[in-house]
Amino acid sequence: MTTIGWIQILLFSIVIFAVTKPIGIYMFRIFEGDRQPLPRFFGPIERLIYRLCGVDPKEQQDWKEYALAMLLFSAISLLVTYAIERLQQVLPLNPQNLGPVPADLAFGTASSFTTNTNWQAYGGESTMSYLTQMAGLAWHNFISVGVGIGVMLAIARGLTYRLQPSAPKTIGNFWVDLNRSVIYLLIPFSVVMALVLVWQGVLQNFSSYVELTTLEGAKQTLAMGPTASQIAIKQLGTNGGGFFNVNSAHPFEGGTPLANFLEMVAILAIPAAQAYMYGLMARDTRQGWTLFGAMAILFFMGVTTAYYFETKPNPVMQGLVVDQAAGNMEGKEVRYGVTNSVIWATATTDASNGSVNSMHDSFNPLAGLVPLVNIQLGELVFGGVGAGLYAMLVFVLVSVFIAGLMVGRTPEYLGKKIEAREVKLAMLYVLIFPLLILYLTGWSVVAPYGLSSLNNAGPHGLSEILYAYSSAAGNNGSAFAGLNANTLWYNVSQGLTMLAGRFVSQGLTMLAGRFLMIVPVLAIAGSLVGKKAVPESLGTFPTNGTLFVVLLLGVILIVGALTFFPALALGPIVEHFLAQAGKVF
Amino acid sequence: MKNVFSIAIRTTIVTLVLTGLIYPFVMTGLAQVLFPWRANGSLVTDEKGQVVGSELIAQGFANPAYFQPRPSAAGEKGYDATSSSGSNLGPTSKKLQDRISEDLNRLNGENPEATGPVPAELVTTSASGLDPHLSPQAMLWQLPRVAKARGVAPERVKAVVDSNVEGRTFGILGESRVNVLLVNLALDRQFGRPAPLPVQEKGL
Repeated sequence: MTTIGWIQILLFSIVIFAVTKPIGIYMFRIFEGDRQPLPRFFGPIERLIYRLCGVDPKEQQDWKEYALAMLLFSAISLLVTYAIERLQQVLPLNPQNLGPVPADLAFGTASSFTTNTNWQAYGGESTMSYLTQMAGLAWHNFISVGVGIGVMLAIARGLTYRLQPSAPKTIGNFWVDLNRSVIYLLIPFSVVMALVLVWQGVLQNFSSYVELTTLEGAKQTLAMGPTASQIAIKQLGTNGGGFFNVNSAHPFEGGTPLANFLEMVAILAIPAAQAYMYGLMARDTRQGWTLFGAMAILFFMGVTTAYYFETKPNPVMQGLVVDQAAGNMEGKEVRYGVTNSVIWATATTDASNGSVNSMHDSFNPLAGLVPLVNIQLGELVFGGVGAGLYAMLVFVLVSVFIAGLMVGRTPEYLGKKIEAREVKLAMLYVLIFPLLILYLTGWSVVAPYGLSSLNNAGPHGLSEILYAYSSAAGNNGSAFAGLNANTLWYNVSQGLTMLAGRFVSQGLTMLAGRFLMIVPVLAIAGSLVGKKAVPESLGTFPTNGTLFVVLLLGVILIVGALTFFPALALGPIVEHFLAQAGKVF
Repeated sequence: MKNVFSIAIRTTIVTLVLTGLIYPFVMTGLAQVLFPWRANGSLVTDEKGQVVGSELIAQGFANPAYFQPRPSAAGEKGYDATSSSGSNLGPTSKKLQDRISEDLNRLNGENPEATGPVPAELVTTSASGLDPHLSPQAMLWQLPRVAKARGVAPERVKAVVDSNVEGRTFGILGESRVNVLLVNLALDRQFGRPAPLPVQEKGL
């Protein structure tokens, strides 16, 4: 650990803190303001899109209509991406003449991008044509974020709206929320980001791959493509699906420390701002800062743990004469070093981003534990765009409920009574996630087709599988990438896990083939929105201060630890002790 | 229901055209006008104007007169810029241990005059397999070999390396580093191209 390392971690934190309020205000104006920002410029575009799509922006939907619109749109977009992947050989913008993506990989990838997971079981440069990358995958980077934002807005509105008793119990209009997030937020931010990235060395062209002869006379082929436009949105939208196989570790996706820093900021900027926007919706910004505080503490716990263990030597080199002052450099880039690799690894799993700039699989055991635990806590440390805040709000409801039990009163949150129905739905959300991860990990470690994909033996192999399903269910998309997930079993089982994992939170699980199920989060929103607000009294448990931060952290950590500790003990934790003893597999 | 279905299909088409086609095309147009060299791969040329690589992508070097980049797990032979990859070997991997021991033996054999232990970067594969940089220390470690193979004084090679050190951005971000390809090109420019290796030695 070095001073300059800590300064970089601190600088990153300060920048995130600094952008939280301005972007939060901007987002509030987009989604909840009477007039949207820059109406002269964006207004006509928005109205044109509504005309083309047949949307009436004044129409309001109740939670079931909202869920239906969202699910239908997601299903259609999944099919379109599947079709583009399968037909890329006959479609334009395929200078390398790449063949069709195999059916199971195409399904896994289409599910993965529809659910904002962006797990890459493929190497982009060797599998996907430029058109597939842009129109099949990067398109989802925009719209799956719009879907996430929609669900977040729904539950936030459910909690904060004060409707007249006679008013219809509506939570907004999905089409309006989707289009506004694309037009006002994602496209403008991406345009600026993409240009900065090109300036810093990221590719943006439609050329065929460059063939050249190296200085020593060898042949080298350089992969090309429209990269920067995709990298910008994959970072901003907490998508994470890279253009190239190794994601942002590739020098053509992030060639300089500055590009890397901006890409890291882009991971957490919008998710952090959401907390502030939520405070504005609640008419009490301290409610937002309380959530922000809990998130910030979890972020620091993660990044300092990872930084501490990753600056230690790689135990595999015990007894060899190697200078490991720089820390564990296996799977890291020199220009980033250990510091920027662990900041990224923490941020990308705090959010449901899943992009990487180093190979998590090669981290020291307890440093690799951090991204794994971050995902398993539910990606609520700032979290995904949209997804992070609604995951946190679910835990808020559970915490408020537990606090209510302790003081013996019906719990309230923001003046609304939290009753059996909401708590049941919240627990459904909390429980389906570990069920998917642990059940499918268990299945994979006893099945030969699950084990044949492993790159590492011993406890590290278990970590690879555990990470794969955590990442899929949590819609993260990062990996202990040694696991060869491009097999029929992993493509299909992960595809379904991602769908279930994503739509648990949003309204639909595809568990056991049952297509439509009530969406816990939207259902909570629907059930809360019409509740009458009760005035605050002496017995009201305050949810906007330090005490609540402590309670919320306690609930998150205890739920996470109770659920996943046994599996983690058999994976990274036991590996740590074996590695210290010099054991290899 | 029918109305929702029609909106969903129309929104699919509109968003796909807007974000999947118009956006990347406009960005490509802007990038090609504003930063054409970067947008097209930061290609570098030798003294004859021949394209010999990209500033950002590592290439393999076997000749002792050239600095060597980090080992690469990209593609079967390494440095394959169409299949970027790390090794993904974990900290208890026997495969990783064997690979590192092998590389250590090779490096120590190739660099008898080197002082101090081998810097870790030279025996670890990068995340991309295409890492174009080394730390200044890892360059200096190889320097005696390069100077000897070129028959020039080590101080003169060191001057070339020093002039190619890139510091942290704004003095804070990232790590200080040296671009291996650019140094090798600069050496060729200053001291002439080294004689190519005899064929049989190359593969070893």
